[in-house]
Amino acid sequence: MIVPIDLLLLLFLLIVGIAALWVKDLLAAIVLTGAYSFIMANVWLQLGATDVAFTEAAVGAGASTALMMACLSRVPRWEKK
Amino acid sequence: MMEWITVHVLEKYNFWIAILIIIIGLTATIVKENLVKKLIGLSIFQTAFFLWVVSLGDVGRNILTTWGLKTQTPPILWTEAAEKGYIYANPLPHVLMLTGIVVSAATTAVALAIVIRIYQKYGTIEEDEIIQKEMEFERAGVI
Repeated sequence: MIVPIDLLLLLFLLIVGIAALWVKDLLAAIVLTGAYSFIMANVWLQLGATDVAFTEAAVGAGASTALMMACLSRVPRWEKK
Repeated sequence: MMEWITVHVLEKYNFWIAILIIIIGLTATIVKENLVKKLIGLSIFQTAFFLWVVSLGDVGRNILTTWGLKTQTPPILWTEAAEKGYIYANPLPHVLMLTGIVVSAATTAVALAIVIRIYQKYGTIEEDEIIQKEMEFERAGVI
């Protein structure tokens, strides 16, 4: 574990998480959620949890994003307000 | 006092950030009107909670508290590293959170299917508009 890389990744995590909830475009929000999951996979690599890291990269960043995209193809793209 | 702050606050920074992200995700789940945004908030909340529990198994940093000097290895059998005094991460939280990730993907899938059904019935995924539509339906005696 390297402390500066860890701190940088956690800062990115916070920024991307807030951005995913802040944007009004749901497509952008879903892509940012995928980026959030991928940064989280890197954080878990830092914590020594290799198995959790590649499960997160496959399931969280891959499958969940694909499911949300599939849902978004049937509902409106823009959030009101 | 300074030592207490270092040991209990500064070195535990990943717990503080996990709590911050948990607060953000839970607030979004409650406050946001759009149902897809609610689900995104829920998934962020779940992932942040997993970060907290996996951090509990981060033995080198959170129990021995030496600013990362006790670098830990992934939980594998590695004799050379053990002879040099390296420790390995506690694998029990990893296994539990592995199950949690898969379950969270399944709950997201079911919730998205329900969102699609709600959109087919009400024509909107904003919560306040759904409540309005439901009251109209009740007045008309549809439901």
